[in-house]
Amino acid sequence: MEQQALKVTNVSKYFGGGFDYRKLVSWCLPVTASRPAVAHVLRDVSFEVRRGEVFGLIGANGSGKSTLVRVLSTLLLPDSGSVEVFGHDVVKASGSVRALINRVSADPSFFRNMSSYENLLFFGRIYGLSPGEIRVLVPEVLRRLGFKEEMASEPMNHLSRGQQQKVAVARSFLTSPVMMLLDEPTTGLDPRSRRDVQRFIRDVQRDHDVTILLTTHDMEEAEILCDRISFIAGGRIVASGTPLELRERVARGRPVEEIDMEDVFMELTGHDLEEDEAPAEMAAHG
Amino acid sequence: MASFTNPMAASRSTGPVILAWAFVERQTNLWKRYWAWELVWLVYGVVNTLAITFIAREVEQAGIAGARDANDLVLFLLLGTLVWAYLSAVLDDISLVITWERWEGTIEHTLMAPVPRWVHLVGMSVFGVLHAIVRTLLIFAIALPFFAVDFSQADWLAAVAVMAVGSVSIAGLGILAGVLPLLYPERGTQMSFMVQAVVLLISGVYYSVEVLPGWLQILSYASPATYILDGIRGAIIEGEGVGALAETLAILALFGALWCRFPSLCSRWRSAGRSAPGS
Repeated sequence: MEQQALKVTNVSKYFGGGFDYRKLVSWCLPVTASRPAVAHVLRDVSFEVRRGEVFGLIGANGSGKSTLVRVLSTLLLPDSGSVEVFGHDVVKASGSVRALINRVSADPSFFRNMSSYENLLFFGRIYGLSPGEIRVLVPEVLRRLGFKEEMASEPMNHLSRGQQQKVAVARSFLTSPVMMLLDEPTTGLDPRSRRDVQRFIRDVQRDHDVTILLTTHDMEEAEILCDRISFIAGGRIVASGTPLELRERVARGRPVEEIDMEDVFMELTGHDLEEDEAPAEMAAHG
Repeated sequence: MASFTNPMAASRSTGPVILAWAFVERQTNLWKRYWAWELVWLVYGVVNTLAITFIAREVEQAGIAGARDANDLVLFLLLGTLVWAYLSAVLDDISLVITWERWEGTIEHTLMAPVPRWVHLVGMSVFGVLHAIVRTLLIFAIALPFFAVDFSQADWLAAVAVMAVGSVSIAGLGILAGVLPLLYPERGTQMSFMVQAVVLLISGVYYSVEVLPGWLQILSYASPATYILDGIRGAIIEGEGVGALAETLAILALFGALWCRFPSLCSRWRSAGRSAPGS
């Protein structure tokens, strides 16, 4: 029986709109000091991901991808709707969810003056790995990513962007998550590092029982890695399906192999992938 | 949807002590990498201790106090600066944990790990106390030869007891200040420095609290540092033993017990941390 790994149901998220303490001291504030409007970042987002699937979430910068990943990571609370990761609610059972997931973001985010080994030691330890296990696993994972082992004792800020991102990928897979949240994992990487990371993701997904949610605005990467794709624009899911199904939707008699996925995205979302969306849609009532 | 448990994670039934120790290890590695800054703070601590304690020598030379009183004043100020060096190091290490991780950019990865918040805080508190002990002992060892002080009356056991019991409440105060950057992402760090500054003012670090205006004296009762300084001075200058300091120790234990009730605070921390963008 096919098992659901992720179920996102009518999730909405907005920022701002809480109690405005500035009203209490409005007499001493400049006239222009008004509270920013409520920003709706996610609007009724729903989708499901099957166990073992690579699911792509494609959208321009500012479309709500990273906010959604933060909600799935238990870092942000959804304002409405629900998210279940392997049956565990991200709000009510956040501890159980955290033991199942890990994440790679576009920014590698490390202790910059610590070495990659020291960073991996810490992050492995807080996921319950023993120092002995980490000593065995780290060289193996780094080697598979094409990371030179002798660089493991160098401070992170001595490494190139590509090397740092490889360590970030190693950090996530080191802890054997059953769900990986890859938030633009290859953004800013040179072509070779990008290929190394993509190959590693494919290998891990093939060899281990890992479900992957990949957010990207790289169509080629999405097509290479993803079984199914959803397009997100303005905080809404506007289209979902396999790459072939999405192409067929806009084909109108043309051969699907001739249709570029970026054109599919533009036609279905009304947005250009290269253009940044406004950081968030401002609600009319904000 | 049937729930599912990560078989690999389930096989790692790591206890809270080991998880908390991971934070001690991490901070120790960071401490080694930032050794130059540690040296800066050590030099600053020594200079601060000397600069303030020499005021007592000036008082003696100017004839304002006799030799006996001047010796007590040297001890009073020396202990004040040392205890403050210890307390501020503990407060800094704990209260800046969120700020530090934000600056490094690791906060999201740390907060999404399956580690209870209280374990994170306990780990940081243990490191803070160990770090502060090392730094303060070094300052003490370097500053001591500058002053011919008489420790013949000192009850060191009572002093250690006061520091041990008092450290729990200071760690609690650090946690309280450390939560501020999560509750108030834009101004929380500044607020945590203000907490530290107010503790310095009201706790009688360089003077007895009796010289404060009445309303500030009332505030001084709410600061655990007031009782730590009282207890330490009682043990070292007056030679009071553990029995004589029982009341001070009991108050500090009460502060510690109150601060240990931080799970509810942590749940607020969790909610606050998850409702702010990018936190």
